Amino acid sequence: MAEPASPPIELRALVWRAGGRAVIDGLTATIDSPGITAIIGPNGAGKSVTLRLIDQLLVPDAGSVRFGARQADTVRRAFVFQQPGLLRASVAANVAIALAARRLPRTETQVRVRSALARVGLADRAGDPARKLSAGEAQRLAMARAWAIEPELLLLDEPTANLDPSATAAIEQLILDLARRPGMKVVLVSHNLGQVARLAQDVLVLHAGRAVEHGPAREVLAHPRSLAARAYLERELPWTSSPSAVAARHASG
Amino acid sequence: MERTLAEAIARIAALDAEVAAIAWLSLRVSGLATLAGCAVGMPLGALVAITRFPGRQGVVTALNALMGLPSVLVGLLVYLLLSRSGPLGPLGLLFTPTAMVVAQSILVAPLVAALTRQAVEDADRELGEQLRSLRLSAWQRARALMLDTRWTLVVVAMAAFGRAIAEVGAVLVVGGNIAGATRTMTTAISLETQKGDLPLAVALGLVLVALVLSVNVLASLLRGHAMRAHG
Repeated sequence: MAEPASPPIELRALVWRAGGRAVIDGLTATIDSPGITAIIGPNGAGKSVTLRLIDQLLVPDAGSVRFGARQADTVRRAFVFQQPGLLRASVAANVAIALAARRLPRTETQVRVRSALARVGLADRAGDPARKLSAGEAQRLAMARAWAIEPELLLLDEPTANLDPSATAAIEQLILDLARRPGMKVVLVSHNLGQVARLAQDVLVLHAGRAVEHGPAREVLAHPRSLAARAYLERELPWTSSPSAVAARHASG
Repeated sequence: MERTLAEAIARIAALDAEVAAIAWLSLRVSGLATLAGCAVGMPLGALVAITRFPGRQGVVTALNALMGLPSVLVGLLVYLLLSRSGPLGPLGLLFTPTAMVVAQSILVAPLVAALTRQAVEDADRELGEQLRSLRLSAWQRARALMLDTRWTLVVVAMAAFGRAIAEVGAVLVVGGNIAGATRTMTTAISLETQKGDLPLAVALGLVLVALVLSVNVLASLLRGHAMRAHG
């Protein structure tokens, strides 16, 4: 039986304030298409806060986050942060903790942990201390934790920000593998527009806590319609004065 | 002074039965009190660290203040509870080692809770968002963070043991310093000093210091080894 599609993420007039400032200021958008949607925008645009609002880690001051007709608690979500957030425990224990809330039988937990570690190439490190992994391995472990949850929705906040190119490539491949699962939806926050072009089908551009553009990645990166999106993309693309180069790279695979 | 010290060392070297019995009782009472204090104080401190509720700051302030709880006051409280006319009088626990364990547990539990809260709160700053994103319950998060900070919690337990074995007020009030029954090292030192048996008092003092140092050195070695092995 085919997996049901992940529900749409409906952000309705979201407002979230910190220190008297509206970090998210009336954000409205619907992330409906399967695959990977990237949220991009300048520093302080509210990208990471938006991810946390989607995951219910933050409560909006106004507006709402909805998942179609589903209750938020019923949507299986996994969140991979910029820092892998590992316990001082074994590699396997760090994956098992992701399943603690589900209260699965111990044998099923062990099977899922082994399977998730095999997916990310850490099967032979299960008993090692997680805090002794390299940065790339630690982030692969964070991806294994997400994999074990078998999420419908994967939220990624700058997952490769601290990694070297080869570790970044490994994480990107894992993201693509996860995104290929049936019914899967991925929301990626990244400052790396090359990565966005490589991975994302859709792009949501934020500016000052609002959505200023939302559409297919190729289109938005090459031909941004809003002034704010155009200004941001031109500033962030050092190899060209025009964002169309990104689209060209995207087109060439 | 030198003669007193020499006599004290001689009593220890001769494995004086009275010194050994007093030391063993002190170890048992303070060890059990430390276990009980940790069993209550660690989960309590961890839960206070990761939960937000009205009056939380008041609870944190109270725990911090109770770290300096006068031991003689705890002794008095437990005495009132266990005395014949007290609510727990029928249990007949007053002037027993059990009463001493209860008093010392009450003494160290706030210390354990306050230090655990600080350690777990620091870990929660680093890992809390990740754990909340995994939809863990408050108790599951508390357990995970206690696992993460377990080597720090060993030091917390050692601090609690040090506080318990070094205190004199609570065990004196609820134990009564009965020879062969409830006499601990600290109460014996106090008594023997007053009686003028300084060699015995000094011998007990040396054993007390040696015990506390040994337990702390052992814990430090274990902690160091475990941290090198597990990160």
